[in-house]
Amino acid sequence: MKLNPIQRRRLLFILLIIIAVALATALALYALQQNINLFYNSSQIAAGQAPLNHELRLGGMVQANSVKRMPHSLAVNFIVRDNAKSVRVSYVGILPDLFREGQAVVVEGKLTVQGVVQADQVLAKHDEKYMPAILK
Amino acid sequence: MLPEIGHFALILAFCFALAQAIIPFVGSYRNAIFSIQLAKPLAHGQLLFILISIACLLYAFMSNDFSVQYVAENSNTDLPLPYKIAALWGAHEGSILLWIAILSLWTNAVAFFSRAIPLVFLARILSLLGILSAGFLLFLLTTSNPFVRFLPNIPAQGVDLNPLLQDPGLAIHPPMLYMGYVGFAVVFAFAVVALLNGRLDATWARWMRPWTIAAWSFLTAGITLGSWWAYRELGWGGWWFWDPVENAAFLPWLMGTALMHSLIVAEKRSLFKSWTILLAIATFSLSLLGTFLVRSGVLISVHAFASDPSRGAFLLQFLVIVIGAALLLYAVRAPGIRGGSYFSLLSRETFLLINNVLLVIIMATILLGTLYPLILDALNLGKISVGPPYFNAVFIPLMIPLLVLMGIGPLSYWREMTMLMLIKRLWLPFIGAILLTVILLYVSTGKLPGAVAMGILLATWIMVSTLQLLIDQLIKRKNISFVRHILGMFLAHLGVAVCVIGITLTSYYKVERDIKMSIGDTLPVGPYHFQFISVNNLQGANYQGVDAVFTVAKTNKIISVLHAEKRIYTAQQTALTEAAIDAGVFRDLYIALGEPLSNNTWSVRIYYKPFVRWIWFGGILMVLGGIAAITNKNKSAVKKYE
Amino acid sequence: MNKLLYAPRYLIPLLVFIILAFFLWRGLTLNPRELPSALLNKSAPVFELPDLMQPQQILTHQIFLGHVSLLNVWSTWCVTCHAEHAFLMELAHTQAVTIYGLDYKDDSAAARQWLAQYGNPYKAIAVDKAGQAAINWGVYGTPETFIIDKKGIIRYKVIGALTPTIWQNQLAPLIQQLQN
Repeated sequence: MKLNPIQRRRLLFILLIIIAVALATALALYALQQNINLFYNSSQIAAGQAPLNHELRLGGMVQANSVKRMPHSLAVNFIVRDNAKSVRVSYVGILPDLFREGQAVVVEGKLTVQGVVQADQVLAKHDEKYMPAILK
Repeated sequence: MLPEIGHFALILAFCFALAQAIIPFVGSYRNAIFSIQLAKPLAHGQLLFILISIACLLYAFMSNDFSVQYVAENSNTDLPLPYKIAALWGAHEGSILLWIAILSLWTNAVAFFSRAIPLVFLARILSLLGILSAGFLLFLLTTSNPFVRFLPNIPAQGVDLNPLLQDPGLAIHPPMLYMGYVGFAVVFAFAVVALLNGRLDATWARWMRPWTIAAWSFLTAGITLGSWWAYRELGWGGWWFWDPVENAAFLPWLMGTALMHSLIVAEKRSLFKSWTILLAIATFSLSLLGTFLVRSGVLISVHAFASDPSRGAFLLQFLVIVIGAALLLYAVRAPGIRGGSYFSLLSRETFLLINNVLLVIIMATILLGTLYPLILDALNLGKISVGPPYFNAVFIPLMIPLLVLMGIGPLSYWREMTMLMLIKRLWLPFIGAILLTVILLYVSTGKLPGAVAMGILLATWIMVSTLQLLIDQLIKRKNISFVRHILGMFLAHLGVAVCVIGITLTSYYKVERDIKMSIGDTLPVGPYHFQFISVNNLQGANYQGVDAVFTVAKTNKIISVLHAEKRIYTAQQTALTEAAIDAGVFRDLYIALGEPLSNNTWSVRIYYKPFVRWIWFGGILMVLGGIAAITNKNKSAVKKYE
Repeated sequence: MNKLLYAPRYLIPLLVFIILAFFLWRGLTLNPRELPSALLNKSAPVFELPDLMQPQQILTHQIFLGHVSLLNVWSTWCVTCHAEHAFLMELAHTQAVTIYGLDYKDDSAAARQWLAQYGNPYKAIAVDKAGQAAINWGVYGTPETFIIDKKGIIRYKVIGALTPTIWQNQLAPLIQQLQN
């Protein structure tokens, strides 16, 4: 089949675009596979449903009187729980302003063999509308 | 009484919007001059009543009228005056009102500045804007009325504005963002009318361009301010989080950027016509999508508005009707809109096409990442979140070819050119960029780390090749006055380069230390020594707190005294970290207080951020470029120059 | 005007948009903020708390047995609760369901005064000064509302203010079903 210059040009463009889209899709899918964090609650983690050493998110309440700080560093341990089971979390760094015992948090990190979530990041969950006035 | 007047004014504005949507539109197809001429007065009337309603709400804030629920939930007697004004758009209802007001302002701007457009077409454009306005007014009135009263139990005191929002950066960033978002509604209206008319000629493209550039400039300014606000106020020194709300602004920005470039081709070469129309529709669709994502609570975000499914349902229906109708019209009419001129594989047209393709792909990958949690949840595949690593992993590799092209495109010729011609124009900037990168990096640091070298090389490549264009033209024309025709492009591209430098250097050379410090402790960070001097109590208008004093010394000389604050806002009892920043052109020093660990001991976050300000300088340059491009009105001169 | 031309590729944007809209519509019916609630369809957490009106009397989770109950978590410092209160009064009038309150981290005297002033829709109110019971209930903030069936099992949870719409669309049909 003979193509005139305009058809040839169009074919080339379409090929280029398909290649670009394919590359981008592959890149996006690969990156997604590497970087999505599954969400678990503490009961699911306590029941062994979460994978070890894989980025995950844990949501729940910080148990009252469970926050323990190490004396010479910024390391801190606390317990996250729902109404059934609890999970220990260890973190090194500065906790967010809204982090408090009895408040909901989301922890991003990895589950270790000891069943402790080693946190990279601790996020205090809050909704701008329903904030208690007395948080003590 | 005033809140009821405000409410009533909104209803009247809705009636005007509805009339504006229908009468001129129908009239334009029946050649009913009177109906067509009604378009402008209806737009003016709508604006008037919206302004009245805003004035009523503003008065409620100023007079602490806590019987109005919106005021009670977002203000407080102790809230400083500027923030009472900013509180107007500090939460959902008011920000939608602001959105509507801005839409009405744009509509009136179109009515005012578009004298050159035949009245019939102008009437159709104003009608389309009237449809959008009517939709949003209906949304406001039915689901988000800001004038709802608390009766009979009027609270004695308001809840106060969210402390995070009590910052000058916030006060101006939403209006800017909305100016951008909503500005694309004008472009959308132009595109849909082009479809209705069945053609998009060079003149139409020329009319569209300034509106596109104006909306884009506002959006750029809004994103830049938002990034600056997040850096100052969210307390952990980041300037971009790939949060859904940020993405919601970034997606239309990417499409708007593609649209600006394809409009050039449509205007100068009568090509890419239906593609340009599609981009215009897509840009505004992404603005609407962003609004939906933020307001409906379908995604989790740090800036989340309180979610309400009924609001989401309304917005989604509106989105489906408006965008669905536009795309259906596109499917029917676009095949008839054809461009017809020839261009070769090696031409500026091709480079602009690749620019468009890349921008669309980047937009699609970011959209995918933003919506992926929603898609998986909808398919019952689990609750997930997609973090910044995904966005960085896809965004950076896709940006590299785009930045390379930014150096080539402006130096290429329309229609066709040979490879030799291209090489002839490019070899000098290419060598120049490499030399500059080596000199800047190797000479100043003695090292040449790959990632940094890449970023700096791309930035200098853009700068040097844009400069080359300037010099070439100067030599060829021996006349400086043509510069203003490319000034917009020059500044905007320079802005991108400056931004790339900022991002590269701050990402690579930043030093971040989270550490425990007692009063008297000293911490070396880079060439600086931070010393923790004292902690004092603090009393603000609507907060209490502590003020930690640090000194920063370089080679034993104190260069700065910084006050990092921890505030407790009285009304909501929420803690807020107010970072102390010593800003400089080449580096920021950043201190944020963590929490008290014992008497005189705090966890402290100390950052050294080189070149971080260049990110926002770049944004400012892009905005200046936009302004330069709009103000350059002498289009006939552009023709000559091309 | 132009004649209509048929070119299927111009339909692609519309199709992409329809797929997108489908997911957005599905997304609306899901709530990403809702942590998967382990409480749903489980027995109400155990508690022993004093009654607000008669502090000597102790309320326990046993109060929910034998009838369908609505437990509303509220507080006097919560502005949204003020807004919700009028509707709760209305609801109490219709006697569609037995309403209990959980007064969360509140000053009891202020709470009693507030109820005296604006009316008391609750059959009984448990005082949770420390907020410990609320933690067991998985409360994020006020107001929140739970629907508990005759056997004391939690069947539904509403975060945020109760509104006539939520009542009509979600709670009323559920309560009807639970009562039969």
